[in-house]
Amino acid sequence: MSAIDPDALRFSAYPLARPPDRQRTVHASGIALAVYEWGAIDAPPLLLVHGAFDFARTFDVFAPLLADAGYRVVSYDQRGHGDSEHAALYSWVADERDMLAVADSITRAPMVAVGHSKGGSLLVHTIQALPHRFTRFVSIDGLPFRSPHPDSAMHERKSMTADIITDWLDDRRSAAGRVRKPGTLEDLARRRAKMNPRLSHEWLCYLVTRGAQHDAEGWRWKIDPALRPGGFGPFRSRWMTDRLPGFPVPMLALFGTLREPMGWDANPDKLAPYFPPSTQVEVMQDTGHFIHIERPRETAALIVDFLRR
Amino acid sequence: MTEFIYHNRVRLALHKLSDGAGHPLLLLHGLGEHSPATLPLPFAGWPGPVHALDFTGHGASDIPPGGGYSCEFLMADADSALAHLGAATVAGRGLGAYVGLLLAGARPRQVRGMILLDGPGLAGGGTPAKNPYIPVVDATWRGPPDPYAIADLATDARPPEYASNYAMLAAQNSDLERPIAVCTREVPEWLQATMDLLSLERIGVDEALQDYATPPS
Repeated sequence: MSAIDPDALRFSAYPLARPPDRQRTVHASGIALAVYEWGAIDAPPLLLVHGAFDFARTFDVFAPLLADAGYRVVSYDQRGHGDSEHAALYSWVADERDMLAVADSITRAPMVAVGHSKGGSLLVHTIQALPHRFTRFVSIDGLPFRSPHPDSAMHERKSMTADIITDWLDDRRSAAGRVRKPGTLEDLARRRAKMNPRLSHEWLCYLVTRGAQHDAEGWRWKIDPALRPGGFGPFRSRWMTDRLPGFPVPMLALFGTLREPMGWDANPDKLAPYFPPSTQVEVMQDTGHFIHIERPRETAALIVDFLRR
Repeated sequence: MTEFIYHNRVRLALHKLSDGAGHPLLLLHGLGEHSPATLPLPFAGWPGPVHALDFTGHGASDIPPGGGYSCEFLMADADSALAHLGAATVAGRGLGAYVGLLLAGARPRQVRGMILLDGPGLAGGGTPAKNPYIPVVDATWRGPPDPYAIADLATDARPPEYASNYAMLAAQNSDLERPIAVCTREVPEWLQATMDLLSLERIGVDEALQDYATPPS
């Protein structure tokens, strides 16, 4: 046991942040997933899915707003993230099966789903595959979009150039035994600010108390050190974009206007030709990728209004 | 003799099927298969040592929980074997042929020729990309082979041009005159795309082995 860092107490609260009302574990294909719930257990369920390199407790301000509007908000840490188990294998489909295992643990009846960033894209694909499991979908800057032109596949940002492939393989060779770099609580917050440049230092410090752990050498993010940002492989976002016109449930698509490192480069004008006519598109001005963290009340109000219509 | 090597957290079985002087030959099995127990006849004349790798979830290699298999992960399995053996000629059956082709593009100087052979999983992903599909797995059978490996790798959506891009990298960056040897009779879309792109013709296994056994002058 290491000594308790005084910073942990200093940053363990944040205005309007509320810890989950319930926590439990779901075993998905043998991987233990940490699940968190806000709101009455008999309220209508709402599945809330975080993005890449995030974790469910990043919803500590946002989720209670939805819970207070009358929903049982259920979120979880994706494999390798937050308090969920680190895995040997990570893939899009594995993440989707994990998400369905969490959904199964709530109900087999169709439910509302809200996803941020990668969480939104996981949901888009899952709802396209299993439309009978969902009633409505909210994307918080969670719709991937890169050029839909088929010939552009090899020219996208994540295309398979020799350098990218070698870099990925070299990373795999060196992944064994890797650990996250330790630092003070505020060091970790400053590091995260590179991915989250628009979020306040105080908020990022609060996230460290939830998403990192303290040992004799300092704080380290809990996320699996074998994970690295960015996709690798043939999966193309346009496979989902092409099928959006037939999207099977009502959709609210939220966008910011400011580009950020973790963003998807998606914008509503480019996606407009793909949306079904019923799609409600909302653009939050002067807002980055983390819309629900920058503007939690307005985001929650839009969602609640969409769900009640 | 079986050695165990690691790909991050996964322990992989690397079987030595024969000794010899010269650079090694690495065999990659097909989907749901495992390495042969003895040296298969077509490779009996290989002058160097012959090794065979069990991919993650197959044969005597670990079956990690939770699924999430991809051809890229298996390519990194095979790359772990290359890191252990040094430069090698690679011969793959079915899925192992597809994975080996990726590896030939990724490590063009360390793959001393890639021999593509018929075998299970050769189609390189069975589900058309535009049909979203999440395979449900019968987890009551743990394997080997891992049922998640069968489900994930058989449905792993991949467009034909993805493989041919790797083949192009092999052609551009290998110092071999013919870094890819197509020895299959079945020609799935990805292989046709590769053969068209590089103007490849099918050749016999014996010819390919003879070609790669001789170091370039």
